[in-house]
Amino acid sequence: MDRVPILKIGDILLVSIQVDMEDQVALGLQEDLAERIVSTGCHGVVIDISGLDIVDSFVGRTLATIASISRVLDAETVVVGMRPAVAITLVELGLSLPGIRTALNVELGMSLLAEMRGDDEDFEPDHDQDEGEKAAVSTL
Amino acid sequence: MSERLTVASDQDVVRVRQLVRTFAVDVKLSLVDQTKLVTAASELARNTLVYGGGGSVEVEQVSNGRRTGIKIVFADDGPGIVDLDLALTDGYTTGGGLGLGLSGARRLVDEFEINTTVGQGTSITIVKWCR
Repeated sequence: MDRVPILKIGDILLVSIQVDMEDQVALGLQEDLAERIVSTGCHGVVIDISGLDIVDSFVGRTLATIASISRVLDAETVVVGMRPAVAITLVELGLSLPGIRTALNVELGMSLLAEMRGDDEDFEPDHDQDEGEKAAVSTL
Repeated sequence: MSERLTVASDQDVVRVRQLVRTFAVDVKLSLVDQTKLVTAASELARNTLVYGGGGSVEVEQVSNGRRTGIKIVFADDGPGIVDLDLALTDGYTTGGGLGLGLSGARRLVDEFEINTTVGQGTSITIVKWCR
């Protein structure tokens, strides 16, 4: 069975879906990602769907499930690169992907994750306050 | 011009998407309409597989004199649909999905017709016209 490659970049796992996935491949990705989040301790997942010319309810549900699983494993998911025609179709289909964060491209997705992580760190009790603020500002 | 595919596996659902895409490009559907039609075909082909236990899909280029379009027929010899109104309700599912396949696919196309007989099977015909 085909597998979707998962790349680790710093604290982030990057998945770029480039092929029309069979349902089983999508489910495989869901399991592989959960494994990789735990084995790497990454806190962010970026899923690039710019290569997909459709997202049907199955893929949409899989993306939502991946986001939920990641959150339980202390990682945030951002779905990036959705084509305009795909967005229009998804909404008409009745799927607005609640609970999924999106960004227009990989770069914006990664800075969104950095921002979210930066905000979190402000609340860590033994973290130096000045440093935390600097980090948050530098990602803007 | 028409083409027929058997739907018996996940891979066949992918083939249906690709075939429908080819037809949609040929009749020059707009990109958004291509996307809608392929998405609807994906939902219905999966239903044929999951609920109908497999079946066939026939894609055909059609014309009504003024416009051209794509007609797709999804047929299976499965258990049929007992309560059609319920099956067409957003969010209703017997298969653990989101319950958007049938109702969502209907919104994405111009014409949508279901013939189903309990114990004998289901046939769904959809048409998307060029604007």
